[in-house]
Amino acid sequence: MIPLRKRAAFVIRGGRVIDPANNIDSTTDVYVQRGKIVGMGTAPDDFTADHEIDAQGRIVCPGLVDLSARLREPGNEHKATIESETRAAAAGGITTLCCPPDTNPIIDTPAVVELIRHRSEQAGFARVVTLGALTKELLGERLTEAAALKQAGCVGLSNALLPLSNTQVQRRAYEYAATFDITVFIHAEDFWLANGGCAHEGAISTRMGLPAIPAAAETAAVARDLALIEQTGVRAHFCRLTTARAVQMVARAQYDGLPVTADVATPYLYLTDVDLVGFNAQCHVQPPLRGQHDREALRAGLARGTLSALCSDHQPHEADAKLAPFISTAPGISGVDTLLSLGLRLIDENLLTLPEVIARLSHGPARILGLDQQGIGTLSIGKPADIVVFDPNQPWRVNTSTLNSAGHNTPFMNWELKGQVTHTLLGGKLVFQREG
Amino acid sequence: MNHAELQMDAQGRLRHFLTIEGLSRQLVTDILDTAESFSGVTEQTVKKVPLLRGKTIVNLFFEASTRTRTTFELAAKRLSADVLNMNIGASSATKGETLLDTLRNLEAMHVDMFVVRHAESGAAHFIAQHVAPHVSVINGGDGRHAHPTQAMLDMFTIRRVKGPDFGRLRIAIVGDLLHSRVARSQIHALNILNAGEVRVVAPRTLIPADAASLGVHVYNNFEEGIRDVDVIMMLRLQRERMQGALLPSEHEYFRLFGLTEKRLALAKPDVTVMHPGPINRGVEMDSQVADGPHSVILAQVTHGIAVRMAVMSMAMGQKAQSGEGNA
Repeated sequence: MIPLRKRAAFVIRGGRVIDPANNIDSTTDVYVQRGKIVGMGTAPDDFTADHEIDAQGRIVCPGLVDLSARLREPGNEHKATIESETRAAAAGGITTLCCPPDTNPIIDTPAVVELIRHRSEQAGFARVVTLGALTKELLGERLTEAAALKQAGCVGLSNALLPLSNTQVQRRAYEYAATFDITVFIHAEDFWLANGGCAHEGAISTRMGLPAIPAAAETAAVARDLALIEQTGVRAHFCRLTTARAVQMVARAQYDGLPVTADVATPYLYLTDVDLVGFNAQCHVQPPLRGQHDREALRAGLARGTLSALCSDHQPHEADAKLAPFISTAPGISGVDTLLSLGLRLIDENLLTLPEVIARLSHGPARILGLDQQGIGTLSIGKPADIVVFDPNQPWRVNTSTLNSAGHNTPFMNWELKGQVTHTLLGGKLVFQREG
Repeated sequence: MNHAELQMDAQGRLRHFLTIEGLSRQLVTDILDTAESFSGVTEQTVKKVPLLRGKTIVNLFFEASTRTRTTFELAAKRLSADVLNMNIGASSATKGETLLDTLRNLEAMHVDMFVVRHAESGAAHFIAQHVAPHVSVINGGDGRHAHPTQAMLDMFTIRRVKGPDFGRLRIAIVGDLLHSRVARSQIHALNILNAGEVRVVAPRTLIPADAASLGVHVYNNFEEGIRDVDVIMMLRLQRERMQGALLPSEHEYFRLFGLTEKRLALAKPDVTVMHPGPINRGVEMDSQVADGPHSVILAQVTHGIAVRMAVMSMAMGQKAQSGEGNA
């Protein structure tokens, strides 16, 4: 075995190297030295490998970038920690995670940004970037010190899943972010239309008697947000779209030249409100799983590129959080373990090609976060060696022993998936290798 | 786990009674027949049978109720069970005890059956999934989801009045469908019993999304909705609905959707009027209708005891008949 977390010179030999950003898809060798990618195909002069990674029959690609992962630290360490979740991420091939601001304390001051950076560097398994709070304490009323948050390292601003108190605050917040060229990350959900609901409004919520969230809660918000994006000129990203109509609206806005991007999370590509039947609390998510038609539109939007990133929307919970009547359970799914495999499954379902899947999981999200310029999400020569090697055909079953996250809350329990990571490099250090 | 897997045993007998959705017509009919046999018991001077002697039944009520709890209590006592009433309300929740902890504590007292009422849809399912294997759960109403014993006593009442052939009946359910667990269970029961036509009647704010998918015809006009129907099942309208921008006023609701003697004339001459109680006189219906010759509202209450005896004894199943104890 190769020693972990020691910087060394690696040659990754004989894998199928896929780097969508540089349009590379060929069987070749990758050379890593002093934390950077130093060559591809032929070794640079005076390169001596300390370790060789045999990648024959495997895929070599940029480390995955996950647009949304709640690591539960600070504030909810009984659920998970930065250490536990970045370790799980490394095993899942993820080298960069973006943490939303709804930690406790909330990421509304540079001190919390610094704390998370320090903890993640201490753990050393993945890069953790943060979104700063768009408003103080996420209360939706007063602006945060956006320039200071950006300076501290925040890659964007967001009010997480919480509403802004009114459209004037929203307009001002967008304008202020635009002043400093900061991307705002938007959860488009009208607070009043959502009305504390927990399921998509339709035949299933009617049958189950669950308080429902209409599709219009999302589309009304997207329409309002797009108007304010146009008004203020802010660069904006729509997080976790769930409805067919919203995908259509974002596609139209992109066509019209608005600076907007959008993503989807893996559960929404595989599950619908029908999966709630029997009050399955593992399918309690916010925003809610919607209908079959919406699911197909999200898939099509991902294939077309309207949705340029696929994320895990990782929300690990302790077992107790899901042990209550459906409405009282904590929403969210633990997702870093299944992100890659659920992405790869789209190839078998004839939706995307392998390079497209890798693009949606690496370069796509890196661009949204503005990290592509640093070479994150690429295999560019001279850039940090964040690299994952995986066997795309290796089957595995989701169960408590194969999950690495502290949160075992997943509706994909017992699914038979394909694709297992064998090696993950972060900045030229091996942070994960599979035994055997 | 779907409803059928959860509430039935391998032989297709009731283990729990959580929802009417997915039950076979045979089983629904069996429940009604069993209730019929118990209704004799409830009319005798000595109103007891020894079927559940030595069994402990806990009425676990997380939401206030007088009528439902009382009839469950009477039903249990007439089956000779020991009954414990737990009105938990919000108290345990405010002490921070989880529902599962409350349950485990009661289970430790060797309870054989829980009758559960809870404000959240799916609560009875959740409890049934987590009780010890020998414990049965009867849903006494969960959120907006189901109130299966209420619907069964309604079916029992309709069968008594109109006879066993539901196929020739046209039935209108009127009122706050959106929030009603009673209506959802009634609709399932009527469709399982092959009712000729089931209508739901309310303004659009009180009709849930895609209601037609439940197997009903939706009417927004009261006069049209009750025209030529054999049975009118009124629902309770909670006063707090006026605050939620669902309705402008009780006055306008009664003017448009209140059941008056004049409107009753639009239905069949022998129409039967039902209400799960408690009635808001002058909001849902006139007193003349509530107390009039078409009303079977008090009979519904009486039938509730026999129906609950039937469901409890059937859910205890083999254990009840063989007299086996688990304590």
